[in-house]
Amino acid sequence: MTEPILRMDTLSKRFGGVQALKNVSFDVLKGDVLGIIGPNGSGKTTIVNSITGFVKPSSGKIFFKGKNITGLPPHKVADMGVTRTFQIMRPYYSLAAYKNLVIPLFSPRAKRTGGWRGGGNLGNRQTIAIDILEEIGFERDSYIPFKKTSTLPTGYLKRLELARCLALKPEIIICDEIFSGLSMSEIASMVPLIERLQDEGITIVMIEHRLRELFQVANRIMVVNFGEKLIEGSPSVVMADERVKTAYFGSEEVEEVMTYA
Amino acid sequence: MGNQKDQQLSPPQSQQPQQQRKERIDRGIKVRSDGLYALMSWREISYLTLPRFILVAGMLSLPFLMPGMYWQRVISIVCIYAILGLSFDFLAHYVGLVSLGGAFFIGTGGYIAGILNTSFSIPPFLTVPLAAIIGGGFCTLMLLPCLPLKGVYFAIITLMYPLFMARVIEAFDIFGGTDGIIGIDSFSSALGEQYFVVVMVLLFLFGIRRFVTTDRGLIFTAIMDNDQAVKASGINITRYKALAVFIASSMGCMAGACLTHIYMWTGISQFALDFSILPIAATVIGGSGTLVGPLLGCLILVPVSELLRDFGTLRIVFYASILLGFILFRSGGIMEFGQRKYEQFERWTRI
Repeated sequence: MTEPILRMDTLSKRFGGVQALKNVSFDVLKGDVLGIIGPNGSGKTTIVNSITGFVKPSSGKIFFKGKNITGLPPHKVADMGVTRTFQIMRPYYSLAAYKNLVIPLFSPRAKRTGGWRGGGNLGNRQTIAIDILEEIGFERDSYIPFKKTSTLPTGYLKRLELARCLALKPEIIICDEIFSGLSMSEIASMVPLIERLQDEGITIVMIEHRLRELFQVANRIMVVNFGEKLIEGSPSVVMADERVKTAYFGSEEVEEVMTYA
Repeated sequence: MGNQKDQQLSPPQSQQPQQQRKERIDRGIKVRSDGLYALMSWREISYLTLPRFILVAGMLSLPFLMPGMYWQRVISIVCIYAILGLSFDFLAHYVGLVSLGGAFFIGTGGYIAGILNTSFSIPPFLTVPLAAIIGGGFCTLMLLPCLPLKGVYFAIITLMYPLFMARVIEAFDIFGGTDGIIGIDSFSSALGEQYFVVVMVLLFLFGIRRFVTTDRGLIFTAIMDNDQAVKASGINITRYKALAVFIASSMGCMAGACLTHIYMWTGISQFALDFSILPIAATVIGGSGTLVGPLLGCLILVPVSELLRDFGTLRIVFYASILLGFILFRSGGIMEFGQRKYEQFERWTRI
């Protein structure tokens, strides 16, 4: 049994009267693609926020490669190689797309690792930024990498979120609903990209509502409901489980009440 | 086809002005000069450099153009306010920290220069840079707990600092208490004093302009746009915000030190809120986010307030009317208006 790269140990988070997470524990192995699904408000984003340090958990511990990272500030967590995308895209709207990537290339981690493809020497950051953008699907010879971010369509912004993580040469990428708001064709082109990152040995945690595409890439699925872990396992096992169906579609009795009412 | 139909149907222009709209087209020379590769002729080079040259030459010749000592002194005051305005514009529109701490910077710099000069008898040309560095460090340390705040909240708390400092000095009766520190050396010559502040304004103006467009300067813009994403990029934003505050407060403290040596006196009134408010008014008039805007605004506002001195307290009314007029009719400021006129054709076209 290998040591998990990321371990969450009985994590709880309370926002005032709302118990957002209740004793959630899970392990992520290196090279895994873990999908976290659950209805709206079930605490998926709180899991991401607690791992990356944007929210301090009320109790419980988080380990990255055996080191306790609970309560570390976001920039220190990112510095260790745990990166995330945001559900609501957060590019720097007043900058051009390639200059958005110059920012993470200034981080201490990028200086150590040299970015996604780099070998330690950062040299000209703007060139490296355009290289990364090209690999992630921005056409190099077009004007798109040079356009202001505020004029780019959603598909490119989602890719830019991913590119910001990649500029840090991450070990884990946590994607918070990276498929949401994309068209079918945009998702279809995004799936191979995720698979390619997995082949490179990057561990990926995906929070998703688009189950069909998620089951293509994920090898393990965890279901969260009302802040508690329902079940964890391979996609086929999870989908066959009765409790998951109840969480998503409601129980029989509730439906009957609804139809009579 | 559609065009012809329009012309047939629409009555003469004069009767229906609402059917017109103003069209703005970039001048060809502007489009070409956006990429520097296209600068082929002197005309195109001068298109870019002439406005900057006029500004530099105008500023450098100002001390000679002014009639008499009084107006020459006004030039120094203009420059001191302009440095403050620059530091406000940099913090507010390139880092996202709206600072009302101009008076705090001025007062700190002024007191440090005064103490260094009277207690350690250091000459003015040394106290000014020393005050900039020591004062910048002091102000940054004091503002360090407020750095997680953004926007209006940062503005409110920075407004409190100068009041706090003035009361502390008054209550503990330190640094001369309410009398202030007197007997401070002035600059060795009046011309030296004016050129020192004029050159400082120009250096800061072009220096910051250059700095915010470098790759490292972009981090500040990124923090303003979206600090969460910068955190998620593994960058410690508090460090960068502190650096920005240090740059801005050093400039403010330097201005304060110059002011102390010009007045040969420092006191609690250097913490007066005028030093916080006027630079902001100048930035609004000149054009926010342009960096040169605060300088133009100060060149207008400070002499106007001197001219209105004869009206006594009524001058506040005139002053406020000017501000109101600008906010209502030219909310972008002079620079935005001027830049548009310089870079674009405007003409009326029929819709």
